[in-house]
Amino acid sequence: MTSSKISARGFFGKLVRNQLFIPLVALLILVAINLFADPTFFKISLEPSSTGNLILSGNLISIIDNASELAILAIGMTLVTSASGGQDISVGATIAIAGSMVLRFVKMYSPDISGGKFAAVIIFSFLVCVVVSALFGAFNGSLVAFFKIQPMVATLILFTAGRSIAAWINNNDNISINDARFGYFGNFIPGIPIPTPVFITVICLIIIALVLKFTNLRLYAQSVGINASSSRLNGINPKLIKLLTFIILGVCVAVCGFIKVSRTSSITYSVIANNIEMDAILAVALGGNNLGGGKFNLTASVIGAYVIQFLTTTLFKFKVSSSEISAYKAVVVILLIFISAPVVRKWIADVRNKNLASRKSKIGKEAN
Amino acid sequence: MSVNSNVLGENKLKKRSSLTDTNLLLIITIAVFFTMYACAVIFLKQGFLKPQMFFNILNENASLLVLSCGMTLVMITGGIDISVGQVTSLVCMTCAVYLQKVNDGLIAGNVFTSMCIALAIGLAFGIVQGFLVAYLEFQPFIVTLAGLFFAKGMTTIVSSDRIAVTYEPFVKLCRTEVTIPFLGSVNKKGIYIPAYVEVGVVVALAVVILLFCFLKWTKLGRNFYAVGGNNQSANMLGINVKLTKFLAHVLCGLCAGIGGYLFFLHACSGSPLHAQGAEMNAIASSIIGGTLLSGGVGNIIGTLFGVLSLSTIKNIVTSLGLDEAWWTNITVGAMLCVFLIIQSAILAIRNKKK
Repeated sequence: MTSSKISARGFFGKLVRNQLFIPLVALLILVAINLFADPTFFKISLEPSSTGNLILSGNLISIIDNASELAILAIGMTLVTSASGGQDISVGATIAIAGSMVLRFVKMYSPDISGGKFAAVIIFSFLVCVVVSALFGAFNGSLVAFFKIQPMVATLILFTAGRSIAAWINNNDNISINDARFGYFGNFIPGIPIPTPVFITVICLIIIALVLKFTNLRLYAQSVGINASSSRLNGINPKLIKLLTFIILGVCVAVCGFIKVSRTSSITYSVIANNIEMDAILAVALGGNNLGGGKFNLTASVIGAYVIQFLTTTLFKFKVSSSEISAYKAVVVILLIFISAPVVRKWIADVRNKNLASRKSKIGKEAN
Repeated sequence: MSVNSNVLGENKLKKRSSLTDTNLLLIITIAVFFTMYACAVIFLKQGFLKPQMFFNILNENASLLVLSCGMTLVMITGGIDISVGQVTSLVCMTCAVYLQKVNDGLIAGNVFTSMCIALAIGLAFGIVQGFLVAYLEFQPFIVTLAGLFFAKGMTTIVSSDRIAVTYEPFVKLCRTEVTIPFLGSVNKKGIYIPAYVEVGVVVALAVVILLFCFLKWTKLGRNFYAVGGNNQSANMLGINVKLTKFLAHVLCGLCAGIGGYLFFLHACSGSPLHAQGAEMNAIASSIIGGTLLSGGVGNIIGTLFGVLSLSTIKNIVTSLGLDEAWWTNITVGAMLCVFLIIQSAILAIRNKKK
């Protein structure tokens, strides 16, 4: 009898120790709350949009759609966290820069050009935006890697100056693109009922999965994060790996910025991607990744990103205004890090061991 | 190192090494400030020669000065607190709503109780964050980032509009000016106007002097340096590292409360947009003032000059005619970047010597 109990505990323990456990449980709790509060929450319907296309609509679709940027950011943020042991808090500001770059170039060519040329313009401006974001990522990365500044402080520079640079790029003009084709990337392509950002996210996830599968990036980033000097002795260049992760994050930021500006076809420099750095860090933390660097699990981070968007939508559902949401999220963060703190875990383990020991001694006495 | 100089006062070698660390950075900062001000006086004659121009810098940055001092304390112990700016905003908003209610006769109270509220908010943030950082060993950046967003959300929950305070005794306090003897300027009509500072500046300077004495001459103050310099050896010296870190965060929270009230005194209103990016300015001032991010090195006087340099460069940027809002942010970012690189170079040289 006791052996079956122990094996059950073993299975349960394995489940709890799995990194996907925390985000999935959080997701289940949110689903339960929403089902309880509003049974029609998960209804999905096919409705004609304002332009006459048939599109899928419903809370679930909007969650998956709106979480796209966060999921893409979570990829880069997880890698940066793993290799450098810190987080990039400038992502929101760099998204503003990337978006501003895209708009500047699209605006230059936009009025009434044919489909092929328009595609060329979009591809060109997207590439420019990727290069610029990667350069800003490299700036952050080189401060971290070569000057050995803590990542969060190094990225504090762009966190302050970033939105100002974004405004400066476009002379603080309120640019808006009237071409409907520009909005395809953030909304819907006519004839396809699924929002385009979902496809972009899937493509990004596939690319990063392939990269992790066929290169040593995962191993190198983890070993640099766990012990930089010993990985250097093993022939890995920690500086280069740190720089590389920041550049990858820069590329992720460029994709996010592109989706963000495409959603509204315009930009508000001080508001675009507001507070997204918090959400991205939260996604990484929710995924059970150690914020101090080392081992990481990308799947968990991406699920974490969706959970956070779920939380945001749920809070909206309960009529919490967008500026108040940050207070609630902060409480969630504190709770999360409280659960995952080594000190607390050790304390829980101690209590459990004590219970176990006392139970064992009881069983022993009974047997005697 | 700094602790050693205290304990082994007679050891000249140790003393000299402490001079290269703390004082070199301090000297750089003071030199930068005076060069900048001198350049401003020479090249941009308008205003910079008037004593009032200098005192206006103080008037506008009294709150920042106190915030930076708190930040310096935390940074000396090797931590960081990025919630101070939003705590300032929260303090302003809460006090404004409270005083308006007092004004309308809805609740009993006076200016003094509003001060107590401000201090209580600051202390509460300090205690919670300090506990999480020191006793549960979270990364200070994550905890205070959460604190930042919590304060941001709370500010809008308290009120999402800008509230101007019309409570009579408070407005009187806001308008109180302390005139400086023997300094002043003659205006266009030929009337002599003495230079003045606001009440907040007096409080801020008092805080600076208090904290300077605290860090220099009290046991706890020296412990701050020891903990920041090397956690483990501080522990072996018998210093309660956790308590020291906790107290640093509590003091920083208290400074955020005071700084918040000073901002409130200067602005006379509460708004969710108050003190946006103040945490950034506070960190920048501390870093420019020679506080090392890695902890163990720092000086309140340096922070004072850091705040002065930062605000002088802002004033210079504005008087150059580049008054679009982004230029100040970009300059502050660039300045921070330069000082961070200088620091990292100094650290690299120091490590090489060892």
